[in-house]
Amino acid sequence: MQHVEKLDMAQDWIEVGKLADIPRLGARVVNSPLGDIAVFRTASDEVFALRDKCPHKGGPLSQGIVHGKRVACPLHDWKIHLDSGEAVAPDEGCAASFPVKLDGDTVLLSLAASDGCPNK
Amino acid sequence: MKEKLVMVGNGMAGVRTLEELLKLAPNAYDITVFGAEPYGNYNRIMLSPVLAGEKTIDDIMLNDEQWYVDNGITLKKGQEIVDIDRVNRKVIAADGSEQSYDRLLLATGSNPFMIPVPGNDLKGVISFRDIHDVDQMLAASKEHKHAVVIGGGLLGLEAANGLMQQGMSVTVVHLMDSLMERQLDKPAAAMLKRSLEERGLHFLMQAQTEAIIGDTRVEKVRFKDGTEIYADLVVMAVGIRPNTELAKKSGIHCERGVVVNDTLQTFDPRIYAVGECVQHRGIAYGLVAPLFEMGKVCANHLAKIGIGRYEGSMTSTKLKVTGIDLFSAGDFTGDENTEELVFQDAAQGVYRKLVVQENRIKGAVMYGDTIDGAWYFDLMRDETDISDFRNNILFGQAHLGDSGHGDDNRVAQMADSAEICGCNGVCKGDIVQAIGDKKLFTLEDVRAHTKASSSCGSCTGLVESLLAHTVGGDYSVAPHLKPMCGCTERSHDEVRVTIKDQELKSIRAVMDFLEWKTPDGCSKCRPALNYYLVCAWPQEGLDDYQSRFINERAHANIQNDGTYSVIPRMWGGGTSPKELRAIADVAEEYKVKTVHVTGGQRIALYGLKKEELPRIWKRLSDAGMVSGHAYGKALRTVKTCVGKEWCRFGTQDSTHLGIELEKMTWGSWTPHKFKMAASGCPRNCAEATIKDLGVVCVDSGYEIHVGGNGGVKVRATDLLCNVSSEEEVLEYTAAFMQLYREEAHYLERTAPWIERVGLTYVKERIVEDVDARKTLAERFLHSQKFAQVDPWKERAEGVDEHEFVPLKKVS
Ligand code: SRM
Ligand SMILES: Cc1cc2nc3c(=O)[nH]c(=O)nc-3n(C[C@H](O)[C@H](O)[C@H](O)COP(=O)(O)OP(=O)(O)OC[C@H]3O[C@@H](n4cnc5c(N)ncnc54)[C@H](O)[C@@H]3O)c2cc1C
Ligand code: SF4
Ligand code: FES
Repeated sequence: MQHVEKLDMAQDWIEVGKLADIPRLGARVVNSPLGDIAVFRTASDEVFALRDKCPHKGGPLSQGIVHGKRVACPLHDWKIHLDSGEAVAPDEGCAASFPVKLDGDTVLLSLAASDGCPNK
Repeated sequence: MKEKLVMVGNGMAGVRTLEELLKLAPNAYDITVFGAEPYGNYNRIMLSPVLAGEKTIDDIMLNDEQWYVDNGITLKKGQEIVDIDRVNRKVIAADGSEQSYDRLLLATGSNPFMIPVPGNDLKGVISFRDIHDVDQMLAASKEHKHAVVIGGGLLGLEAANGLMQQGMSVTVVHLMDSLMERQLDKPAAAMLKRSLEERGLHFLMQAQTEAIIGDTRVEKVRFKDGTEIYADLVVMAVGIRPNTELAKKSGIHCERGVVVNDTLQTFDPRIYAVGECVQHRGIAYGLVAPLFEMGKVCANHLAKIGIGRYEGSMTSTKLKVTGIDLFSAGDFTGDENTEELVFQDAAQGVYRKLVVQENRIKGAVMYGDTIDGAWYFDLMRDETDISDFRNNILFGQAHLGDSGHGDDNRVAQMADSAEICGCNGVCKGDIVQAIGDKKLFTLEDVRAHTKASSSCGSCTGLVESLLAHTVGGDYSVAPHLKPMCGCTERSHDEVRVTIKDQELKSIRAVMDFLEWKTPDGCSKCRPALNYYLVCAWPQEGLDDYQSRFINERAHANIQNDGTYSVIPRMWGGGTSPKELRAIADVAEEYKVKTVHVTGGQRIALYGLKKEELPRIWKRLSDAGMVSGHAYGKALRTVKTCVGKEWCRFGTQDSTHLGIELEKMTWGSWTPHKFKMAASGCPRNCAEATIKDLGVVCVDSGYEIHVGGNGGVKVRATDLLCNVSSEEEVLEYTAAFMQLYREEAHYLERTAPWIERVGLTYVKERIVEDVDARKTLAERFLHSQKFAQVDPWKERAEGVDEHEFVPLKKVS
């Protein structure tokens, strides 16, 4: 995946918790100086991090229902791709994504948001 | 090496099948498409608006040539296939080139029928089927004046209207004495004829064409009775014949069309066929909706998933003439075994007829106001027993006991700026434009692209009407049962039955057993499955919180700014100084921005942070309060009035009864929210007759009313029965709730549920069948043993702590 390479170069990995702290098909929030970041865990234990703000009207994505590699926003049910932060077509918009990885069962997050999202 | 799939016929049904196939198995085949027409795939339906000058050819392209390139499909346009060598598995094109196949898909459409009269090959005599025909008509309209359209059916009238819009003087010639006789009865046809005449069309009825006369170009048309009329252009629109030529020639079994089975296979199992060229269970269809259904099933088999059968479709029709609202479905003529329900208001230009047999709709014809077409169509497809609302049925769904939003009905006459969807501010013009620009065919498509009808749903009828009006039929038709969502072909009922029969006890097990198409469902099916499991196996504690909507996961209502609201239960609308004090304290301490008295007789606190919730709940819980479930598909409130205790008119103790009802039912999860009320006399101050279940106390006892709704579409309750004691009220209520819990679809409130299954059925189960009532009530009370745990208290004590605290705070 594209952002994985990029993040290996980033220095400032922050330990945010254990994989088991995040429910499968769920998310938890990290409060950061950049605002809230939602860290998602899929059924297959992949982790993703997005700005906790829906591109539609700012709904907290962390509160949505996770399915496949998508989350359904709790406010008006837009679907957002967890990997890119892009809204699933035909909706348009994008939530900034953040590098996140697993070191064993530890979840590491970087605050260097991906490029290309207008609503960082 | 990949298998080779060859498709013959580059039209709407075939390409739709390929699209479905690409969704399921994008890399399964090397695909080659042969199309006799020199274009990509276009929306044939829209040829009528193109002719009328409302659209251009570019507007109606569905798949341009780039689409084929993007999907790795070889398109051989302008190439007709003239033969199939089934032994060596190859097709042969008109230019002699060959292409081998592993599987072959025939989608050759149909041919317009040209009546065999002398002169039918003259210049200026054409059919109405493809872009070429439309080009010829447009060219003729620039140079000539007189057009004659032979055939007063759907196609003929659309052609006539178009030519008239292009400035020609048009005469429609029809063999019968009534227009569109296959879709309309005589009164509706007469109204249609009158309004078309007002627009300037001429008609010659019961006229049999004998010859077309002219030297090289047509000049006149002569009829059996000897009359002649001038014509510079003759359009034949008298019917279509499935195009079976190629199939027949290569020895594939054909009757009227290419005969296929339920998996869309022809007599040669390597060869599939879809579309108008097909005959399935004796029927050849001529509308797009059933063809798309075929495409879906066929794609599934080509992708070797092998589930799904095509079992035939019901169709409905619309005439795409701007400003004319007309709808027809099913058998609208009837016979000695059927009855007719008719509503006619000639002054308003409104006509509706339903053909009914044993209280089930068999057919419908509507003219002037067709907003309810989709509803009648649903009732017909579901074979709903209409006896309970038959008296009102002709007034439309909006009038089933209500006021509703059902007034401004005539979509055809509405201005483009008319707001259709009040929730999302979407106007008629936006929707019509999106249907055209974005090539939308179904209600789901329109919802996704415009958001219209995607929130409260009260405008669904209007959107369906607009859709039908723009693309000419009911595109939401599923052949039999509506699937739950895009993740499965199964209907709600099938899923519920399977959960019970197979003793499935987790969402995973259901998805595996029923072969879900997505890895873990979506935000539509997961909450539904979760509910079905909780309802089926109350004792087992199967609740999967990650499949619940956030409100039910956090036990509070999410607000537009991401904060939450808290509404504690106030039994039967009553409260006490102690409770009020606790609420006041919390409100002060947590600086609650809004304290609001709700429409459900209790007090709501707004703007709370998620993290604060467990602490707030602890305070309320210490004062003896429990969750009000104002956030749940669950028992909500029981409104009461003061009743006999204080009121000079009170007949029974409605307040006490309300509290008893709430104590028995709180905590129960239901398909949609469930509200109750108890009024002390027929003055009905607690508004019991717009609740899911309402009790109206009378001198002799209690009236139990069900199926009311005060929301999106107001519906007054139906009277279930009268009983004489509080105990009976409780038993009937438990039984009614359990029946609803076990049989309604997820997110179906009691009002639409009762309209679907019929009050008679509910009465049979609850009132007439004593055993059924008692066992239902027992099952309800059994499940309540596990449901009546206050979620707030639990969480105040630490359950699901992760839900309420951040994973980490980084500074
Ligand atoms: C709080 C309250 C408004 C108020 O401040 O008074 C309210 C607030 C909401 N209502 Fe309501 N309704 C409230 C009483 C009503 C009533 C009146 C009543 O219950 O007597 C109705 C009409 C009666 C009925 O339901 O038949 C009502 C009909 C609706 C509907 C339409 C339901 C329908 O079947 O047509 C919705 C939408 C839905 O449920 O899909 C809705 C949905 C909502 C939601 C849940 C919208 C949402 O999803 O966020 C609102 C939640 C706000 C919140 O956070 O609390 N609310 N809502 C009322 C809470 C009552 C309570 O104490 O629990
Ligand atoms: C003017 C008009 C208005 C209509 N309005 C409506 C409406 O409002 N609602 C509705 O539901 N339906 C409507 N229809 C009907 C609808 O368009 C058809 O049901 C639908 O297009 C049929 O799809 P199909 O793929 O089976 O056939 P087609 O779309 O006709 O495609 C078949 C294609 O196969 C090609 N072909 C045939 N034989 C060969 C061969 N041997 N080799 C290569 N190519 C071949 C043909 O050239 C054609 O392009 C309308 C039709 C017309 C003409
Ligand atoms: S509280 Fe009810 S009526 Fe008011 S805005 Fe929300 S959903 Fe609409
Ligand atoms: S804010 Fe996310 S869908 Fe509206």
